Amino acid sequence: MGVIEANHLTKYYGKARGIIDVSFQVEEGEIFGFIGPNGAGKSTTIRLFLSLIYPTSGSATIFGKDCIKYGPELRKEIGYLPSDVFYYERMRVIDLLKYSASFYHKDCTKRMHELAELMELDLYRRIEDLSYGNKKKVGIVQGLLHQPKLLFLDEPTAGLDPLMQRKFFQLIREENQRGVTIFFSSHILSEVQRLCNRVGIIKEGRIIEIADIRTLQQNNYKKIRIEASNLDASYFDLPGVTNLEHHNHTVRFFFKGDINAIMRRISGIEVSDVTIEEPTLEEIFMHYYE
Amino acid sequence: MSINVFRQEFKMNSKSVATWSVAIAVLILVYMALFPSVAKDAELLNEMMANFPEALLTAFGLNGINLSTVPGYYSFVFLFVQICLAIQAANYGFSLVSIEEREWTADFLLSKPIGRTQILTSKLLAALSGLTLTNAVVWISSLGCIEMFKGTRTYETKPLLLMLASVAIFQLFFLSVGLVVSLLVKRIRSVTPYSMALAFGMYVLSVFGDMLGENTLEKITPFKHFEPRYIVQHGAYDLPLVLFSVSVIVISLVSSYMLYTRRDIPAMA
Repeated sequence: MGVIEANHLTKYYGKARGIIDVSFQVEEGEIFGFIGPNGAGKSTTIRLFLSLIYPTSGSATIFGKDCIKYGPELRKEIGYLPSDVFYYERMRVIDLLKYSASFYHKDCTKRMHELAELMELDLYRRIEDLSYGNKKKVGIVQGLLHQPKLLFLDEPTAGLDPLMQRKFFQLIREENQRGVTIFFSSHILSEVQRLCNRVGIIKEGRIIEIADIRTLQQNNYKKIRIEASNLDASYFDLPGVTNLEHHNHTVRFFFKGDINAIMRRISGIEVSDVTIEEPTLEEIFMHYYE
Repeated sequence: MSINVFRQEFKMNSKSVATWSVAIAVLILVYMALFPSVAKDAELLNEMMANFPEALLTAFGLNGINLSTVPGYYSFVFLFVQICLAIQAANYGFSLVSIEEREWTADFLLSKPIGRTQILTSKLLAALSGLTLTNAVVWISSLGCIEMFKGTRTYETKPLLLMLASVAIFQLFFLSVGLVVSLLVKRIRSVTPYSMALAFGMYVLSVFGDMLGENTLEKITPFKHFEPRYIVQHGAYDLPLVLFSVSVIVISLVSSYMLYTRRDIPAMA
């Protein structure tokens, strides 16, 4: 049973598209990356899981229970860090965190102080005096202090400096090792690549790929670069070749298919250099978005 | 109802409640302080007022009022109290849930393990508690000021108590109507124009109703449902209108719960 199951989730805001027919599963204990550019429907999907908004059609379950019907009960075990963090401006950080903790019927004080110390958060300042990055830290502490079993992180690193980002990733990994399932939405691929086991790629409201990071990188595309004199780019224009570029004596392209076909082509000419690499997630991603 | 949300809401509202309560108490005090001198020259004043155009008297709620009696004079003061109460209650109603969406804090609150019905109930009760405090201040300052300035006059207490007793329903009307309107529109950028429009709109409706004679439109305004002049003249409420007020409140509250539990919380684009 998946921790999260989305079944044909569709959301329209009036006539505006939110997401269309989104289905996927997230298994217990995994870090699931959810990638797509701004406006693709990442936040919409997360907000549907939290029943902040209601689907036009389709449904979703969390821990096997309908996320609308059992919303309040399910949210006891959910931590949420929204992409834009806003809190009651006139409150002090400590009061906001205590208010947040008061919704969970357990003592969160110890964890709250641990997290605040780790994130170097000043507890006695007013929310309105905080910078965006510091508000984000409040969001992180607020989303984790009740030790949830499932975490929704919506573009969590925006506004954090690189040092904090590293601490934050470390924190997420530790949580994950404790068995916490993590749903990580981002448009920054390198961080998804560093952290996640599996990714879902969303484009214009639709899921276009769900795969292991590994398979995505390995089984799909090769990035090939060939150096030779007297090269004709069209020589490599085979089925499966994309992004063919020609610069001076160098040809670059992506290839998907039987690698032997390319090897035979290469062996047919005099080359001075050849590299065949795994593309980065970034490059795969750009490919999906062309 | 959830005690932590209630406490939080009440705290956030407390400054506003204090400000309104003090302002209304001062208003009552200042007006009532004028009573001895007004009552002394009541003969003169009544004569003078008889020469005023009727429309003008109507506009200030003075038509058919004897300012030399305690209930008569107080009913004139009470109209101003009502306007303040209307603005305050409408403010709370319009901002009750819209403030979380305007300041983007709804995501925080609604992602907690608490249902929307509970949230709305807690918020409503917190607002009502604030309004009840103001209500108590109206009672105390009214009765206190009357005692202070009535001199040797005796008066009938019934109309006075009826007026004061109407405050709670009057507040609830503006609170619940404000709330339901705020849930019907997509987004409220600023609460003040809405609450001013509702409060003064209702007041103007009641004044126009008086000027133009019998009018069904005037029946929808609480300024008519609990018209001070009517209460003083009849020593009773206009019962059908009071029932109408109560049904508007019930309908608004029920629809608010339905709208809020089905509402899509907007996200920052």
